[in-house]
Amino acid sequence: MTVTVVDYGAGNLKSVTNMLEGLEYSYVVTNKKEDIDRAEKIIFPGQGHFGQAMECLNARGIAQNLKNAIERGVPFLGVCVGHQLLFESSEEAPGIQGLGVFKGKNARFKEGKVPQIGWNRLKTTPSNSILEDEYVYFVNSYYVVPEDSSIISAYSDYTIDFTAAVEHKNVFGMQFHPEKSGETGRNFVKKWLEL
Amino acid sequence: MLAKRIIPCLDVKDGQTVKGVNFENLRYAGDPVELAKRYSDEGADELVFLDITATNDGRKTMLHVVESVAKQVFIPLTVGGGIKTVEDIRNILLAGADKVSLNTAVVLNPDIIKEASDAFGSQCIVIAVDARREPDDWYVYINAGKKKTDIKVRDWVRKVEELGAGEILLTSMDADGTQQGYDLELTRMVSLNSNLPVIASGGAGAVPNHFKDVFEYGAADAALAASIFHFKTLEIKELKEFLHNNNISVRL
Repeated sequence: MTVTVVDYGAGNLKSVTNMLEGLEYSYVVTNKKEDIDRAEKIIFPGQGHFGQAMECLNARGIAQNLKNAIERGVPFLGVCVGHQLLFESSEEAPGIQGLGVFKGKNARFKEGKVPQIGWNRLKTTPSNSILEDEYVYFVNSYYVVPEDSSIISAYSDYTIDFTAAVEHKNVFGMQFHPEKSGETGRNFVKKWLEL
Repeated sequence: MLAKRIIPCLDVKDGQTVKGVNFENLRYAGDPVELAKRYSDEGADELVFLDITATNDGRKTMLHVVESVAKQVFIPLTVGGGIKTVEDIRNILLAGADKVSLNTAVVLNPDIIKEASDAFGSQCIVIAVDARREPDDWYVYINAGKKKTDIKVRDWVRKVEELGAGEILLTSMDADGTQQGYDLELTRMVSLNSNLPVIASGGAGAVPNHFKDVFEYGAADAALAASIFHFKTLEIKELKEFLHNNNISVRL
């Protein structure tokens, strides 16, 4: 199987592809609708600003293709801003709609130094099938607030308990960067690839 | 909760690691890619590479080093040293670095901070501040510590935050290379004056208490060191266990 890594101009793809190469998993990087329509597995990375990332996605006209793929049951992994875009909106970008795959918004940390930068421990829930209660690397000012808390597969604690990962059927989201979380992160992605 | 970070730093000249004292008198210290792997295996939370080569060929060599490290090491990598333009930043990030560290160029032209953080995101932009204590306050130094400016550190750190910096890498020139401990007063002053995470640098000896102090009194979020890790006078694992036993949150 090949994993399709979505390149929509928002973030450093190289760390994701370096990790996939290290795992010896075949991948293709694309921003084309046809490739997304044919994808067997999708990784949707992202870094930076929710609004800008959504604009980049819309500029390439692939938002609907991603939603269709999810609808079809294609295994889907959103990372960092990619995970945030699965939701409806973000306080970072008032008025901009996310993909809306899950109901809920993105909220900003109100206390502590922002962004949160560094390693924090996951607290997994019964909804989780691939993560463990280990340290992973975060760089985020915002976090998802799902309306349906049953999709939360892990929390972490940064002044408050916030959602660190979600999982629902074929859709997985990770607020942290598994590709920057050493062996722990690699193992999570390996498990996801093997599902 | 968020762990305090231990960050080994490598000075790289023409593709090889070197180490100096008080910014002078360089000694050879090993292959950067091998060192990066070793540190990652030993529990380093991030890595910083500073390119101290002054030539254009040297810069290209550095990009190759970054590419190699990024393929083999899966913890965050920050690259700094002589970065002048947004184009330089783009090349380094494309080579596989996660963050860049900017110093002289942004003191001379602070707008680069805004330009770069708009283009790449604040999380990629670390502002390195070289500080020396003068009779009345700490001042910002540029050009690898050779030139004093009239800018006070406390004012500069506020300004960079406004312009979109993501983190501060704070080096005490007074303490650097002495192995007598971090400059705790300087670190605390900056940590308490800023909403940005602060990486303390300069002065760490093979003394776990130096790190405990910089995290507690110094209120730093991360601690950077070079010689003690290169020359294996302090092991990262041993250090983290000490910190953990002293109730400081670290990733074990």
